[in-house]
Formats: sequence, C-alpha cells, structure tokens
Amino acid sequence: MKKEPFFRMSKRESISLWKEALIYVISVFLALIVCAGVIYALVQMNPIDVYKAIFDGALGSKRRIWITVRDTLTLLCIGIGLAPAFKMRFWNIGAEGQILMGGVAAAALMINLGDTVPNVLLILLMLVAAIAAGMLWGLIPTVFKAYWNTNETLFTLMLNYVAMQVVTYCIIFWENPKGSNSVGIINQTTRAGWLPEMFGNDYFWNIVIVAALTIFMFVYLRYSKHGYEVAVVGESERTARYAGINVKKVMLSTMALSGAICGLAGFIIVSGSGHTISTSTADGRGFTAIIVAWLARFNSFAMVLIAFGIVFMEKGAIQIASQYGLNEEASDVLLGIILFFILGAEFFIRYKVERNGNKK
Amino acid sequence: MEQTYAIELHNITKRFGSVTANDKVSLTLRKGEILCVLGENGSGKTTLVNMISGIYYPEEGKITVDGREVRIRSPKDSFDLGIGMVHQHFKLVDILTAAENIILGLQDEVETHSEAGEGRSGIPALKRLRRGASRQVIDMKRVVADINALTEKYGFELDPYQKIYEMSVSQKQTVEIVKMLYRGARILILDEPTAVLTPQEADRLFAVLRNMKNDGCSIILITHKLHEVLAVSDRVSVLRKGHYIDTVNTSEATVASLTEMMVGAKVDLNIERPEPKNPVKRLELKNVTCTTKDGLHSLDHASLTVYGGEILGIAGIAGSGQKELLEAIAGLEPVSEGTVTFYPGENQPREITNLDVAGIRKLGVRLAFVPEDRLGMGLVGSMDMTDNMMLRSYRRGRSEFLDRRTPGKLAEKVKDQLEIVTPSISAPVGRMSGGNVQKVLVGREIAQHPKVLMVAYPTRGIDINSSYTIYHLLNEQKEHGVAVICVIEDLDVLMELCDRIAVLCGGQITGIVDGRTAKKEELGVLMTKHMAHLSDEEPVPEERSQSSGASGIASGQDRRGGAGK
Repeated sequence: MKKEPFFRMSKRESISLWKEALIYVISVFLALIVCAGVIYALVQMNPIDVYKAIFDGALGSKRRIWITVRDTLTLLCIGIGLAPAFKMRFWNIGAEGQILMGGVAAAALMINLGDTVPNVLLILLMLVAAIAAGMLWGLIPTVFKAYWNTNETLFTLMLNYVAMQVVTYCIIFWENPKGSNSVGIINQTTRAGWLPEMFGNDYFWNIVIVAALTIFMFVYLRYSKHGYEVAVVGESERTARYAGINVKKVMLSTMALSGAICGLAGFIIVSGSGHTISTSTADGRGFTAIIVAWLARFNSFAMVLIAFGIVFMEKGAIQIASQYGLNEEASDVLLGIILFFILGAEFFIRYKVERNGNKK
Repeated sequence: MEQTYAIELHNITKRFGSVTANDKVSLTLRKGEILCVLGENGSGKTTLVNMISGIYYPEEGKITVDGREVRIRSPKDSFDLGIGMVHQHFKLVDILTAAENIILGLQDEVETHSEAGEGRSGIPALKRLRRGASRQVIDMKRVVADINALTEKYGFELDPYQKIYEMSVSQKQTVEIVKMLYRGARILILDEPTAVLTPQEADRLFAVLRNMKNDGCSIILITHKLHEVLAVSDRVSVLRKGHYIDTVNTSEATVASLTEMMVGAKVDLNIERPEPKNPVKRLELKNVTCTTKDGLHSLDHASLTVYGGEILGIAGIAGSGQKELLEAIAGLEPVSEGTVTFYPGENQPREITNLDVAGIRKLGVRLAFVPEDRLGMGLVGSMDMTDNMMLRSYRRGRSEFLDRRTPGKLAEKVKDQLEIVTPSISAPVGRMSGGNVQKVLVGREIAQHPKVLMVAYPTRGIDINSSYTIYHLLNEQKEHGVAVICVIEDLDVLMELCDRIAVLCGGQITGIVDGRTAKKEELGVLMTKHMAHLSDEEPVPEERSQSSGASGIASGQDRRGGAGK
C-alpha cells in the first residue's frame, strides 16, 4: 500500500498585513543565512564582516549615502515608468532604449545650446526633449502592436540596440577630448544644463521630480479613469472591448506615458547625476526596474523600498569587491539568493502548507 | 459478507482552506449499476469523484475498490484500479485520429495494467497491442480492430480514423469513453456528460451506458438534470452543501422528491410566463453574417426581430453561432454583411451595425449583455465587486478620477437583493462561486435599465435556487418592457420561459417557433437540420459554407411562419 502525501497545501482566503510582512522578514532572514553559507563555502570569509562591508559600501559615509539615494531615485523613476506598461501586460523591455533616447536628446541640447540659452530655459527644453524622445521610442513598437499585432517583447528589445547605435553615432560628433571615444563631463565649467544645487544639495531636484512621479503614478493607477482602463486592458482585452474601452487608444497613451517617464529618467541621469552620455548610460537599469515594478505589484510606494534594496546591494557589492578583492559578480550571487527567497515568500503568502492530519 | 461493491466510500472528508467541500460522505457503487450523484452547484459532487479519480486526496475516510481498501494518490493509481473518468473538458489531441488518441500515452502503463488486470475482461486488448508490436512500432490495424470490437459491443458510433478536429462534441465524448474502456476501465465516472449534447445525442449516450451496465460495468453519473436521473439511473445519491443526504432507488423517486432532497426545502419548479404586454419592435437583424478568419460564416444571414416585452430564446448545439449572434448585436463581433437596427420607440430607428460598444452607447441605445464567458469578458476576476460594478459606467461624469461611491452603493444593493455570498464587496469576484459571479454580472447589467437585455447561458453551472432567481429577474425585465434575448442550453427551460424560440444550426436560423406550443423533438430536429444532409458523407467543414445559400432560403419560410405576428 502506498503512503499518503505528508504535506498538503491550500489556497489562503486572505492574509493579514502583519503576517504578510512577517513572511517577508523571515524570507530575507533565511536568505541572509543561506548567503552566509554560500560566502563561507566559496571564499571562507566571515559572513558578518562581508555584511558589514556591504552596509559600509552603501551607507558608510555621507557621500555614499547620497550616491545610494541618487541611484535609488533613478531606478525608482524607471520602475515608475514601467509600471503602467506592465500593469497593462505590455511587456516593455525597451526601457533601456527609452532611457538612452531621452538621455541623448537632453545631451544634444546641453552640448549645442549650452552657452546660448539661459540655464532655466535650457533645462526645461532638455526636459521636454527627453520626454518626447522617450515617448517616441515607446510609441514605435506600440503602434505596430496596436495596428498589426506585432510582438512587443521582441520589438522593444530590438529598439534598445537601435538606441545604442544612435548614441554611438552621436558620440562621434560630441567626442571630448578628441580621440577619447567618449563625451566626457558635459559643460564641466559652466554647469549649463545641470540640475542646479539647492539647499546645498546636488540632488534636490532629482528628489522633487521622482517624489512627484511616485505620488502621481500611485494616484493615476489607483484613482483615475485612465488607470482603471489600464487595469482592465491588462486583465483581458475582451473584457476591455466589452466595457467599451478603446483598446488601441489605451495602449498607445499608456505606452506614451511609460516611454515618457523612461525618457525623463534619461534626462535625470544626464542632467541630474552623470552629466555625460554613453552607451552604458542606462547600465541595465531598464531591466532591473522590471523587477522593481513587478515585485511592488505596481504600487509606487512599495517600489521605493525595493529600488533602495537593490541599489543598496549594488553599492555594497562594489565595496566588498574592492575591500576583499572579490569579484563584483559576488554580490549578484547574493542579490540573486535574496530575490529568490523574496519571490518564494509569495508562495507562502498565497498558499498555506499543512501537515496531513490523517491519523487512521 | 454480502455482495462486494465496486466502490465504497466511508466518511470521506475534504477541505479547501476553511471550506469543507465534502463532510463525512459515504457512498456505495454496486457492480453493474448506474448511480447518479445529484446535487446543486457547490454541493461537492465533482470534488467527491475527483478523489476517486486521484485528482484530490481526502483528508479523512477510506476508499474501497472491489472490497479492498486502497489509496488513490494520482490519476494513474485510479486507472490501475480500473477506474476511468470522463471530464467535462475533453483531453484530446485535435490533429490526431480517434484511434491515435485512444492509445496515446499507453506505453508505460502497460505493465501495471497486466498486473492489476488479472481476472478482469477488457484487458487483453492491451496485452495484444504490446505483443503484436515490435517494441517501438504500434500495430494500428490491430488497435483499430480492437476499437471496432469495443464500439460494436456497446453500440457506439465511432470512426477510428476520423480526426478529432472534424468531430462534433458528442463524437469527442464518445472517443473519451472508448478510450477509457479500451484501457480496461470497468468503473466509469462521467462528469455532467450531457451538458454539451442535444436531446437526441443524450438519448444515444444513455443507450450506450445501459449496454455497458448490462455488460457488468459500474457507472457514476454526475448531473443536475433531474429528468436524466430518472431516465437512466438505478439509484441516486444526493449531496447538499458537502453533506451526504441519502441514496434512493430511482424507481421510487420523483422530480419533486429529488429536488427537495437537493435543496432541503420544497421548491416551486414552475417558471411563470406572463403574456407579453403590447410588444413593440425593438431590434431588427437583417441577413447578419459574421465571417471567421478562415472565411467560414460563423453566423450566416441571420434575420430576426426582437420585441420589447417578450423573451426570445435562442436554442442550438454549442457553437452554432449563439455567441456570434449576441456579440454582433453588442458590437463585439464585426458584421461582414447585413444590418442591425435598434428601434427606440418614439424616435427614428438607429442602425448600430458594426458600431463598437462605446459607439452604441453614444447613440443612447441601452443594451445590456451578460456574456457566456463571465470572468473572461463580463467581469474582471481580480477586481472587487465595486470595481466590477463600474466596468460599464466608469466613464460617467467629467472628472478624470473615478467615482467609487456610486458603484459601491450599487454593489451593496445588488449583494443584498440577489443574496450574493461573499465576505465583503471588496473581495475579488474571481474568488466567488460560479452562481454568485453570475449574480454580480446579471445584477450590474440590469441596473443599467436596459432596453435590450441579452443573456448567454444565464444559469449554466448554477444551482436550482439561484437559477429560479435569475429566471424571475428576466421575467421582471420583460414586464418592464425590455426586449430579452437569452441563450439557454436546457430546452425544457427554454420552452417554459420564452415567448418565442429561435433555433440556430451551423450559423443559420433554422426556425423560429412559439415557446408555448414548441415540442422538444421539433427543436431537436431544427438544431441538427443543417447536419442532417451531411451525415451520410465525410463531414468536411468547408461544406457548411457552400451549402449555406440553399438552406438559408429554406429557413426564410420558417422564420416568417414562426414569428406569427
């Protein structure tokens, strides 16, 4: 006779908020234990020291704190841009390209109008140009999807490479110094087109812009009619048509918004933090932000935490790389383990596992 | 020791989270009998048989097969015990033939079969298949011969070489049943097998089941159609809300007694049918044709007039164009030919052909539609009741922001009026039971105060009490002067509820009859009218569209004669 299954699982009807939070905390804790095991097994180092170094790398000094904040803001901005697209189940993996196009547009104005236009006007022009460029890059695949039902995943992905080539092409003209094959810091002396320092803080405007976007996106997705349409289209196109929603229009407007915010992220990188442009301006953040948006289930306030967590680990990685001579990829291993546990936690939030009570 | 039962269930309990689907259910299936398991939706019928077929595992209780206690942990375990289940949704590969489907996946089960199969008949087919074939090669001729022997024995009609995609639903079902028998099943479980069949097809199925029973097979039949229970079964076991109520001999049961057992109280089984009060022309379809991507007519020159204050029923085998008809009117299915015109009454008639939902609404045409696919079209499963209430009306008002207060109130109202069971109006509707989901949908559509109300399969999968609530709601709308169009698969209900019944077959309207005088046989003939002259030959899908012209003209007369206005 066969043995009966030992465990069984069943769907939860509902779960209280603190229980959900507890599951997440436990999962991160378990992840850290597993990470410690991995660290010890691979390089025989004291995991506590490594964790300390990670913390130190991300938040160890005032400067490091601000760099972590700056990069969190950028990643968050991209995540916010992706949220409406993914909520609509439009697989926009072209944020990289949209960021680059926004960045290129901003950089072009910065370089060409640097000495001729008042700074405030220049920055506003750059902002508009970046948004327009990102929007365009987001709309191209959407038009094809809406009218000819092309696959948006492939299309947005390929446009990333086109955007990279556009940047490479521009760099040839903007090279500074000549022969360096890079643009260098743009307007380093005049600081024209740089987001200005405010209250002694370089990143004041970054914070303002991204905070405004965070609140906007939260309200937009949750309380606006458009946001409702986005949710319905994402759930089922048939339902949307039944509800009288113009699916094409919603698709186009949502991707225009998504592309625009990613373009804006490009502006923030060029004007508000890096002050340069290169093919690595987006630096894979267009992909990382997908994780941010999905893990937060498109709640932009939850995205703040997740973006911070990811940037924190990245910064810590650089630190352990230099301090212990570990490869930077080491932290990707750790981040991977942590994400694995967090995603695994979702299972325990949706289902409960019980021991089988058959005692006959 | 008395006789051994084919299957015995003792105090079986199965829980899903906090819900107890089966609470200490005991049941016996005798050898060589047809046992009907009867119960309303959510009473635990399907859960119970799923534990016999190895899909679920019970928390408590024991199962005995042929007098031996067994543990069934997977469908394979169940199969090794000679139990075969025919699910509501067929599990067949479309591009393969019947014979290929029947032997699909058999290879590695052979050993366990020959071991467990001692002393049972029906198994030799398998052994021979194995012996006759040199390891990797299947002897199809032998397989087909075995299948033909089986079908002849029990009276199935089946061409083993026919591909699944060329088959009607009833033929596919035959393949599923033969598949189980070929593999040696002596205990057969059928889950609502007649839901997709015409009355004639159902009768044929019952005849086959009786033959199988006489051959010693034991059959469990799940259904909620009472007349079928009375027609085919030997005994009936009734479940209610997860509890086992009783088992009675069919010969001693009546429709009324069974209903009372199912519901737990006396139910008035009469559907009222008030005379239409001054019917006015509301909607006119002229030669409406819908064309699929392959160029076939899913709706073929359908002409129809619908009057306010009447209920027009649509009958037909599943997939005869019912969905296209309703969706063409609702603006969801492009119309390639013909016109749809709405008559507002006092104003000029408005043509709404090929307008989308928003366009129709802009013309002030209040059209409510309860689609067949409740959670895939009518509602958003992940959203709560409030958000679903505003699905069709969220645009109201100039504000860019949503007004959740009005739909919230509506949700409360619908919940109270239709007695919807849900923890709160902010629970996702996808988690509700089928009946409650349908009530949410019907409640919302009626709240629009429509002029035309279209409902597709309003009571499919819904228990008796809720069904009667919905019939009552439809009648109420009719009395308010609404033109009600409803597609219902149960002909008995159609004949009791509707003022007129239009019958669809292969996308054509093959007749419109008066609901008060209609005969079931007459409807059955109209439902298959189109196939009748095809059945002698190989069923080639293309022929449908070619022959459409001729029968279209023929049916025109039925239409005029039947409308009787």
